[in-house]
Amino acid sequence: MGQLFSKKNKEVLFTPLGLNNPVTVQVLGICSALAVTAQLEPAIVMGLSVTVITAFANVVISLLRNTIPNRIRIIVQLVVVAALVTIVSEILKAFAYDVSVQLSVYVGLIITNCILMGRLEAFAMQNGPWESCLDGIGNGLGYAKILIIVAFFRELLGSGTLFGFRIIPEVAYEAGYLNNGLMLMPPMALIIVACIIWYQRAKNPELQESSN
Amino acid sequence: MNTNSNSYTIIYASVMVIIVAFLLAFVSSSLKEQQNKNVELDTKKQILAALNIADVEDAEATYNSVVKGDMLMQADGSLVANEGAFNTTYKGEIAEGRLHVFECEVDGQKKYVIPVYGAGLWGPIWGYIGLDEDKNTVYGTYFSHAGETPGLGAEITTPKFQTQFVGKKVFDGANVGLCVVKNGRVANPDYEVDGISGGTITSQGVDAMLKNCLKPYEKFLK
Repeated sequence: MGQLFSKKNKEVLFTPLGLNNPVTVQVLGICSALAVTAQLEPAIVMGLSVTVITAFANVVISLLRNTIPNRIRIIVQLVVVAALVTIVSEILKAFAYDVSVQLSVYVGLIITNCILMGRLEAFAMQNGPWESCLDGIGNGLGYAKILIIVAFFRELLGSGTLFGFRIIPEVAYEAGYLNNGLMLMPPMALIIVACIIWYQRAKNPELQESSN
Repeated sequence: MNTNSNSYTIIYASVMVIIVAFLLAFVSSSLKEQQNKNVELDTKKQILAALNIADVEDAEATYNSVVKGDMLMQADGSLVANEGAFNTTYKGEIAEGRLHVFECEVDGQKKYVIPVYGAGLWGPIWGYIGLDEDKNTVYGTYFSHAGETPGLGAEITTPKFQTQFVGKKVFDGANVGLCVVKNGRVANPDYEVDGISGGTITSQGVDAMLKNCLKPYEKFLK
């Protein structure tokens, strides 16, 4: 067990949550950060689905990595991801129908998530299955973390609710408070992500490029 | 082995595709039955939702006790029982002129449910309209969508939007008067429902869906 969670493996698992976050540092998966963050619930489910699929795809590609012909490696990665996503979507439809209805198009969108291809190409092609699995979980959770932060602000300020429950009291509305409709529009997700990146880089000078 | 040779690449790709194809075909066919059952049950839940019956333990049993018949409207407005199988989508049925009416009984009172189908901003929207015995007063509604924007167009699924329909009238003389108007512009509260601000196209979609799908029922509803 000691070896399974060596210092290097812990780093693989935890740096994507902070200093090597896929969204704010690697700037991958921005597209879905816009689409699913108007409310908290779909953001969380999307984050978990991406975590599971990144982990599995990383393991599969890592096992195959020495046999994959270099010239068609991207195609092979894409086929593995697409197959996994389709299987997960079919299983959800059969055993968790309500969840699959709620996710609707987003499950299919996971295929196009840059984080998956990015991690397969950058990590799973060079590392063993166990490290790749940790890397997938780490990056998936790092992605989920940003999604949840963005969705928290968008739902709270845009609809005045969290998980659909009203947070901002009726009294505030009667006193003239209005929900910020702009928060529900996709551009606001980019602005919030940008604020997170700003905050993170201000706190961690090592992330800043040296100015020449 | 040379993994960069042409023949290796081609064989690798072919084998991979065949394996994946078999895997997906196997998963799909082995889960098909369970999925169909879910879709059917979900449709029944949607029909019950149009009668303001939600969160029931056993939707199948409730459906069987509440819905007395899946009927088809004839040219003269009379109803004949549907001989075909239970439908889970009414797009084709509406397009082919098979006008379904579900005859229901809630607390001893006769109700009718009519399926509707239309287009939202990003994809299809559909719903069920529950009517009172007079065939003109809305008893309850259910709307759903495939991919409208959460927080905007997707608000058509919320009780806040749907409860507005209760008590509205369907036919205004010769035309379908029931409609969705721009947010905050309700002039005639007997027929008009407040649209969703920020979800204009979806609201217009609901409006068009109601007009297009209820109009053919004129003979039955009058």
